Order: sequence, then C-alpha cells, then structure tokens
Amino acid sequence: MVEEEKLKGWKDVPIGGKILEAGNSRKYKTGDWRTFRPVHKPELCTNCMICWMVCPDSCIKVGKVDDPNKGKKGVSNNPKLGNFGGFDLDFCKGCGICAEECPFKAIEMREEKEFKEE
Amino acid sequence: MAQKTKRAMTGAECSAEAMRQVNPDVVAAYPITPQTDIMHAFAQFVADGTVDTDLITVESEHSAMSACVGAGAAGARTMTATSANGLALMWEIIYVASGLRIPMVMNVVNRALSGPINIHCDHSDSMGCRDSGWIQLYSENGEEAYENTLMAVKISEHPDVLLPVMVCQDGFITSHCVETAETIDDETIKNFIGTYNPHYPLLDVDKPVTYGALDLFDYYFEHKRQQLLAIENSKPVIKKVFEEFGKISGKNYDFFESYMLEDAERVIFCSNSSAGSARVVVDELRAKGEKVGLLKMRVFRPWLNEMVVEKLKNAKAVAVLDRSASFGAIGGPLFMEVRSSFHESAHKPSIINYIYGLGGRELDLDQIRKVFSELEDVKNGNTGELLKYLGVRE
Ligand code: SF4
Ligand code: SF4
Repeated sequence: MVEEEKLKGWKDVPIGGKILEAGNSRKYKTGDWRTFRPVHKPELCTNCMICWMVCPDSCIKVGKVDDPNKGKKGVSNNPKLGNFGGFDLDFCKGCGICAEECPFKAIEMREEKEFKEE
Repeated sequence: MAQKTKRAMTGAECSAEAMRQVNPDVVAAYPITPQTDIMHAFAQFVADGTVDTDLITVESEHSAMSACVGAGAAGARTMTATSANGLALMWEIIYVASGLRIPMVMNVVNRALSGPINIHCDHSDSMGCRDSGWIQLYSENGEEAYENTLMAVKISEHPDVLLPVMVCQDGFITSHCVETAETIDDETIKNFIGTYNPHYPLLDVDKPVTYGALDLFDYYFEHKRQQLLAIENSKPVIKKVFEEFGKISGKNYDFFESYMLEDAERVIFCSNSSAGSARVVVDELRAKGEKVGLLKMRVFRPWLNEMVVEKLKNAKAVAVLDRSASFGAIGGPLFMEVRSSFHESAHKPSIINYIYGLGGRELDLDQIRKVFSELEDVKNGNTGELLKYLGVRE
C-alpha cells in the first residue's frame, strides 16, 4: 500500500497513470506482500555479503563499519567495509533468495504469522 | 491559399498520402491484407527519403502496437495501420495505448475477422474496438480517409484529449478501388497539423517520468474516470478541427452528415462506402418524388447522441445498416446506439436494423431499394422484425 497519504480524487492525479515524481517507489511499501520472513543467525554469518548482492529488492542493509563482530571468525577487519546490517522489512518480499544463496546457512525463512504480535 | 489537386487514387494511397504529409516520427507496422497497400505506399516514401519517419518493421501486429506505444510515450508523433486479424492481435496493446493516454493515428482498413477466414470488408474488426477508448472516424471514400487521417492527428494530440484515433475505410471497396480524390498542398497541411508538444514524454530527461506502473484498486478507477472525461472532451475538439479543416478544404464535416434529410420520412443510417451507394438510391427515389434521405456516420466514438436525435427528429422510419453483428444482442452496434439515443425523446421514429455485407458480401443498389420499400411499411406502422438481414441467401 501507498505510505500514509490521503488517496487523491481523479481530478488531482496525473493522467494515464503517469508518475511524475522520480524515485517515488520508496513510498510504496511492498513488505506486506511477504509470506516468509528472513531471519538472521549471527553466529553463522561471516559477513560475506553475498545476500546483499543477490537480494532483488535491495533489502539487505549494510551495517556499521565498527560492528563488534569485526575481526571475528573470518569477518573482515577492513575498517572501510560494512557488515551484514539486517533486513529492510518495509520492502523485503520474502522471496528467500538470500537464504538460498547464503553459503553459511545464516538466513532462515520463517512463516510471517510467527511474528504477528510484533 | 490552399492549392488543391485532383488525382485518381486508391483509398490506401489516399491514407498513405496523408501520412506522407504528416511526416510522423515513427511508424511501426506489419503487413496484412487489405491494409498492406497503405504501408506499401508509405514504405516507398521512406525509401525515397520524402519523409523523415523511422519505419519500424516488426514481427507481428502485437509488436507493431507495442512499438507505437513506446514511441508515443517517448514523445514521437506516431502512426500505424492494420486490418481485421492484425487488429485482433494488437488487442492487448490497443487498450494500453488509450489507457496510458498516448496520442497516435491508426488507419484501419475494415476487414472481416476470422473465422471462417475471409479477407473482405466488414466492420467486425473496428466495431470490436468499440469500448477500447479509441476515437473512431469512418470514411466513405479515399478522399475522406485522407481528410480523416489528417484531422485525426490534431484531434489525438489535443491537450484536452490525448487519445489514440482509428481512421476506418472499407477494405478493397475503398482501399483498392481507384476514384478521384482531392488532396491539399504540403505547406497548407503542414501548417494545419502544426508541431507536436507531447505530454510528459519519456525522452524529456530533465523531467523523468514513469509510464505503465502498476495501478491497482487504489487508483485505476480514477485513471479510467479521467479517460472518460478525455473522450467527452474530444467532442468540442473534433467539432473545432472539422471546422478548421473545412475552411481549408471548403467542405463541411460533421459527426453525422445529412443528405436530403430536411423533409425525409424514410431514412437510411449507415457508415463508410455504403453511404455512397445509398446516396445513389436516394437521388433516384427523390427524382420520383419520394421523401427519402441518408444520415452518414463519420464519428462513432465519441457518439454524439443529441445530434442523431436532432437530425432524425423529423423522420418517420429509420433503417440502421450494420456491417457487423453483435451476437446475441438486440441488433448491430450502430443500431443499438441510434436506438438508445432516442430513449429520452418524446418523438421518435420507428427504427429497424439490417445486418448486411458480412465478409465482403456486396451491398447492391437493389438491396438499398428494398430497404427503402420496406421502410414504407415501417412508416405505416408495420414494423415487423426489428432485426433483418440484407443480402444473405435463404
Ligand atoms: S550471505 Fe549469509 S553469511 Fe554472507 S553476509 Fe549474508 S547472511 Fe551473512
Ligand atoms: S527474502 Fe528476498 S527480498 Fe527479502 S531480503 Fe531476502 S532476498 Fe531480499
């Protein structure tokens, strides 16, 4: 659904469904299409960032460079490189590609209903 | 001062000549009988360098219309042509063109839809597009196809309209037959057409826009409501363009054109080439003192019901001639429009319907004489069957 915004009448929208504002897909939160939610297992993650490369919706956030995991268990020590920083659940559609491609099985897909109370 | 030239031309050549004068930026087309003659003639103009058009030869009509939508969205002045099954193959994109509000002009050379397969004239193809949101102009002969094609460009591109336009002419009967047609000099036409200012074109990179985004239950209806307004808006625009072009050509154009209608009691309502045949019979019967007349439809969409009522208000019996069937309906598409136009009127003529000419079956003068003679009974109160068939073997 479109972000908190009053729906406009037919006289107030551009004709033919044309979108005149560049980059406004940010306002269209597609996260509610999700059936499965990716869940991260930090103990298995090596911060290889393959999930970041493969996510079709750019929903893998890049974490801070001063991540406490830095230098641990194969995590790069390079101060300029970011780490796995979580999922952008406003736009993650739950396709599961990240979980499938993660070489360390550090992402698990769980049914969205498990998180209902949140 | 406009210079006029009379030449012997086919209807297809007339359309191609109009396209040459429009000099569109993009034409995308796929050959199909009987449209092919238009694109054949136009491709020659491209090959000779007499137009600047980018002629895209595609692998199907679906692609032709898709390329036209893309070109139109980019901001190009766009044209194409098709017939029957080619139009049917465009179907999906026909609605995209009107729904995305992309101006373009398409010559439709009317031909029966398969099956059984047939290449000759009827109006099942363009009548099938009745509800597609395109403006539809009909042409009695090649000269009208020429004029309608030119006027269509202006109507389509008008900022209050921004809708695609079909210009229809009868397959073979008009498209392939040679008649004298009057054309107007290039300079005058160029000034009439003017330059095109596209509405938010994709190629205007300083103002980036998106075409064809997903439009669900939250906004689709609003966009369709706008489209309904646009075709309503086209009514005064068409009227204005008719007047403007009429000043150049010295002729009168209207949504519905009367012939001997003033005191006519029995009237035939029809479109395209059949109007020419009906006119001959009207002349013949008028010479015998019979009060008969003709109302020819030039514009089918938008439909100007008040004008139909105004023009037919003195008639006693009207026969609507439909060159296509609407299977399972009360009658043909023109009949249903004419008949429902009178719903609110206190005075209405008796209106009957004839389906004729399917698959190129000839409409000869005897058939038209028969219609006028049957209208005599209708006028006297014996309406009989509402829907009749003309020229089918029993
Ligand atoms: S692919 Fe797996 S291991 Fe690599 S960063 Fe993503 S979650 Fe961590
Ligand atoms: S589930 Fe799909 S959309 Fe969501 S983060 Fe993983 S790859 Fe991206």
